[in-house]
Amino acid sequence: MSTGIKIKKNSYFDSVFLMQVAKGISNEPGIDQVIALMGTENNKALLIKMGVKEKEIDSVSSNDVVIFIEGSKSPVDLVLNNIDRWFTRKATSLRVKAHTMDEALTIQPKANLAVISVPGRYAAREAREALEKGLNIFLFSNNVSVEEELSLKQYADQQGLLIMGPDCGTAIIAGVGIGFANSIRRGKIGVVGVAGTGLQEFTSLIHQAGLGISQAIGTGSRDLSDEIGGFSTFKALELLEGNPETELIVLVSKPPGIKTLDNLAKKLNKCPKPLVSCILGARQFHNKLKLKQSIVSTDTIAEAAMNAAAIVEGKNIKLPGISVTNYLGRIKKEKKLLATNQRYLRGIFAGGTFCYQAQQLMAAGGLQIHSNVPLAGMIKLTDPTTSIANSMVDMGEDYFTQSSPHPMIDSRLSKQRIIKEARDPEVAVILLDFILGFMSSENPAGELAPAIIEAKKIRKNDGGHLIFIASVCGTDLDTQNLKEQLNTLEEIGVIVMPSSAHAALLALEVVRDRQN
Amino acid sequence: MHEVKELLETGPSVINIGVRDFGESLKKQGVEVTHLEWEPPIVVDQEIADILDKLL
Repeated sequence: MSTGIKIKKNSYFDSVFLMQVAKGISNEPGIDQVIALMGTENNKALLIKMGVKEKEIDSVSSNDVVIFIEGSKSPVDLVLNNIDRWFTRKATSLRVKAHTMDEALTIQPKANLAVISVPGRYAAREAREALEKGLNIFLFSNNVSVEEELSLKQYADQQGLLIMGPDCGTAIIAGVGIGFANSIRRGKIGVVGVAGTGLQEFTSLIHQAGLGISQAIGTGSRDLSDEIGGFSTFKALELLEGNPETELIVLVSKPPGIKTLDNLAKKLNKCPKPLVSCILGARQFHNKLKLKQSIVSTDTIAEAAMNAAAIVEGKNIKLPGISVTNYLGRIKKEKKLLATNQRYLRGIFAGGTFCYQAQQLMAAGGLQIHSNVPLAGMIKLTDPTTSIANSMVDMGEDYFTQSSPHPMIDSRLSKQRIIKEARDPEVAVILLDFILGFMSSENPAGELAPAIIEAKKIRKNDGGHLIFIASVCGTDLDTQNLKEQLNTLEEIGVIVMPSSAHAALLALEVVRDRQN
Repeated sequence: MHEVKELLETGPSVINIGVRDFGESLKKQGVEVTHLEWEPPIVVDQEIADILDKLL
């Protein structure tokens, strides 16, 4: 095993570009690990933790790129000696002439939205300037302080502007997908949500039901906390109330702060249009929310989509929650192949919301979960790389993404994790999610398939069987092609469920009676 | 000043600041996009930068 480091001075590259560079290099034969980062103080500390000598990066500044590679000696040397080849950008179709906001607005005076994804430390400054110039904002950057977020939202509110984010991953505005979004037909359902992958799954399920989305407005993960107070959520609700295309409004959220609950209930109860409220993680919040009778309350994304579709189609019925009864036959056959000591569930998630929702469903089913992002009542994994008993890991959490690409872009860490779980003789079922759409990997199912086949072999050679259950978030209009993704998974024996909630519930059925 | 209503009704017209692929993805969907070639400000002294951040 050999390691090598290269520094590219005075060349700034955005985080997604660096992820793609790391992914490209790590696909080369003989390369085990690649880290490509801007040389900020945080990143330098991380590199030192990973074994880089302090003196090697002492003179590195935040405008320099650091590339750290582990692997066999000659492939590592070959990559490092030809490093510039990996940093050649493909030709862009974008108009790239502006270096300041004023220049950009001179070129495009009718601009009405700033899409901002600079590192968090600089994001508030860019966002404020955009607001001052009268632009609405989609703010992808995270690591913006609560104080900065509140100040930006108060200012946007005074100016009558919409700010989606910080930490907003997904929106669909007038049929245009922004950030990590899916290709969705236009329609009558408007949705507001704090949860990025939650919005992706909701809009995809509506599309799959043959219906469409008028607007999907992201608000950022902290918007309904008591510190922020729901500025963006309230603004988005008002916009959908006044938007003639929108006939039904849906709110997809994690539990709001206690002080924000009453304001949210007041706002929802005054809504003049039919409304579906989906607050993940807590049926008890619906009681506390004191919503009027006509508002449909759900606590999974799939139920919200089913109810919204039924209402828009004129079937004003409250559906009785989701059921996996039709799939029990399939797992019954597979459960017979399990060895007696196989009893645990392992969830490996790319979507943070899916990991959150799955834990909520396990809690309701009485199963205790270990996780790197535990819900209240669940147990924190002290080492996120090692599962214990029943575990669910959000592979998009900071611990993994500070040194590796996000799992929606590169599934390398998820592949390794699948193999690791398969080597544990007590594991019975692995729960996965696949997320299609703009910005996501070109072939998520194809990338993980070899690891799934290998994992099944490992357990089979040991005299057991490994059950894989998954959900795929996407549509037939996404470039990854939903149908092909489903076929790839089904061909290798993965049970693909209609939604992430269905998948989690079926996984629970595999292990529920095997815990003792 | 652009009305938010207009954003929802006529659709986005975008200034993209940061990740270039976000702009590329919008452009592919037929959206007018100008990409602002952003770089972090060159920092000589972190403390001065922090003070400037607060002042600006």
